[in-house]
Amino acid sequence: MDLTFSPKELAFREELRGWLAENPPDPEPAQGGEDAHYTWRRDWQRRLYDAGWAAPGWPTEYGGRGSTPTESAIYFEEIGRARVPFAANTLGLLLGGPTLMVWGTPEQKERYLPPILSAEEIWCQGFSEPEAGSDLAALKTRAVKQGDEWIVTGQKVWTSGAQYAKWCMLVARTDDEVAKHKGLTYFLMDMEQEQVQVRPLRQITGEAEFNELFIEEARIPDANVVGGVGNGWKVALTTLMNERAGLGFALQIRLRQLLDDLIAVAAERGLLDDPRYADALAELHVRCESIRLLAWKGLTDAERYGQPGPEGSLVKWLWSDTNQRLTELAVEIVGAEALTAGSSWSYEFLRARGNTIEGGTTEVLKNIVAERVLGLPRLKVAV
Amino acid sequence: MDFGLTEDQRQIQSTARELLLARAKPERVREHAEAGTVDTDLWGELCELGWPGIAIAEDCGGQGLGRIELSILCEELGRSLAPVPFLGSVLASTLIDHAGSEQQRERWLPGLASGELTGALGTLAGDTAELVLGAGQAGVIVLVDAEGGARVLTPAEAEITAAESIDPTRATARVSAPPDAGQALEGDVAGGLDRAIVAISSELVGVCDRALEMTVAYVKERRQFGVPVGSYQAVSHRCAQMLLETEKARATAAFAAWAADSEPESLPEAAAMAKAAASDAAREVTASAIQAHGGIGFTWEADVHWLFKRAQMDAALLGGAKQQRARLAAILADRLGASAPA
Repeated sequence: MDLTFSPKELAFREELRGWLAENPPDPEPAQGGEDAHYTWRRDWQRRLYDAGWAAPGWPTEYGGRGSTPTESAIYFEEIGRARVPFAANTLGLLLGGPTLMVWGTPEQKERYLPPILSAEEIWCQGFSEPEAGSDLAALKTRAVKQGDEWIVTGQKVWTSGAQYAKWCMLVARTDDEVAKHKGLTYFLMDMEQEQVQVRPLRQITGEAEFNELFIEEARIPDANVVGGVGNGWKVALTTLMNERAGLGFALQIRLRQLLDDLIAVAAERGLLDDPRYADALAELHVRCESIRLLAWKGLTDAERYGQPGPEGSLVKWLWSDTNQRLTELAVEIVGAEALTAGSSWSYEFLRARGNTIEGGTTEVLKNIVAERVLGLPRLKVAV
Repeated sequence: MDFGLTEDQRQIQSTARELLLARAKPERVREHAEAGTVDTDLWGELCELGWPGIAIAEDCGGQGLGRIELSILCEELGRSLAPVPFLGSVLASTLIDHAGSEQQRERWLPGLASGELTGALGTLAGDTAELVLGAGQAGVIVLVDAEGGARVLTPAEAEITAAESIDPTRATARVSAPPDAGQALEGDVAGGLDRAIVAISSELVGVCDRALEMTVAYVKERRQFGVPVGSYQAVSHRCAQMLLETEKARATAAFAAWAADSEPESLPEAAAMAKAAASDAAREVTASAIQAHGGIGFTWEADVHWLFKRAQMDAALLGGAKQQRARLAAILADRLGASAPA
């Protein structure tokens, strides 16, 4: 057991920290809504790209630095610590690119990877549907082959960044005759066509981080199938497995910062001496540190022993639950300001409700832990 | 960064597990618990293997290994609930090792390392320490007071009365001594106590691990309404929660044991986190184990209650979760004060 970083890892952290300190992003735009916010994040990604910091975990042949998983985790810790925004094309960088690296043809890699990195082409994710949430394989969007094209019709939901995206990672049903997991195909769909309509989905916080996609006979060339027809479930799992690999570290740091902010407010109001609040804050501290330790344990075990433990699901579960508890306590400590529309504490409090749903509900994560980690039998349900 | 054990540490772990699976079977633990006796054969074997002295320096008769190795043994002993005076002895030797003078270390550590002597550690309220593990048999007793002081006593210097706890797998006693009895330990008492609570936390991780293992095996077997009860989410999600609590405790205990050897400046915080997480985890996980076992879990026959009882004793030992969190809150407040602009 050695919980220290190697000199190479420390040098990586120093270099990035130094660069971030010297190259801060522009201040977050106070006006202009979603569009201004997006432009701000795209400009930021271009600065990262120019300095070679857009996706250090990508192999050098695709424009990355070939950083190790540990260095990638350090990267996200530092991005979180510096309180800079996530790159505009985070879904392309974290999900789309790595999926193509596994399943894409040489032509696809050459065509699609460079503009992901440079933020010239933004990616979005078309997986969930109104009738297919946790049961993703039940999705109904249909793709039918016509000549060397596929004609796609259906509806997708929770598609963040769709209004800015050029490409959608779309999973659609291409075969009704086989078991539901087997009839799916993974496509890259061009968002710049009339047949794809994007409607913002207003959420609990009042903003529209996500969209609905209405797809009516959209066209996808056969060359845009990823990983082969009928192999969509496997390809989608690659995307889903990448979903939290890096981002988890940034989220864990944000949680830490939020807790530090809350402790500072509690101290200001003299509540740190109140045993009730002291106990609750210390409990959050233990949880926060457990998340950090479990995240590092999962990552380094996978790196060193080739086998990730159960940490992935546990970390997401614990993080989402802790963020909700933290923001609930904030409402008590901060008081009226935390219930005032537009305040950052009220935003954090409301946004946290999504944490236990997005990226795998807590209930599904508990099923995964029970079935795949503990080996408990699964209750028979309709397939 | 590597959370894994070294080859040698793995060896210690697997040897310990195999030995205890063979020698501390549930029926044997029960036999000693019901008779209120120590398993002296097993204890003799463990002493021959050098377990009590694993973390004691070689010049004091120990093996000179670290706190991680000690934690490995504590975890395995927690899993097995072996009725041996290991923990009390280790807590006493840890305090003497870290807070004792050269002379005190030379006097007590070789005997504690070989197992010739057993030790006990009690927390005083006034002149009395209640439910002190192994005090009735101990050759040396360390008493810690509320002000952070500690004294080392021979049994003759204290008044020792047997007092049964809810956990009969280990004997306990009441220890009373006037304030001037024995010799003060004048070194790093706080550092010794932090190392002691890491050892307790590791034992609790073992208790959690075993409770989860027994529960998972049971709910796969036990059928109601025609299916294994473990296929119901009300049960399986409880088991998932048990794993989450266990892994939280395991990660924080591992960090604390590592910090004790390699990053002592982090130890006070790491030890408090580990003990807070492990105390809560063990109480919750063993209570869940009883619940998931249903009616049988409430009987004397089913072995889950030994784990539940051990969890309560260890959770309370040297400060429960709330006390650890109060320490943590003070550490956090200090840190904030130190970083705030003047």
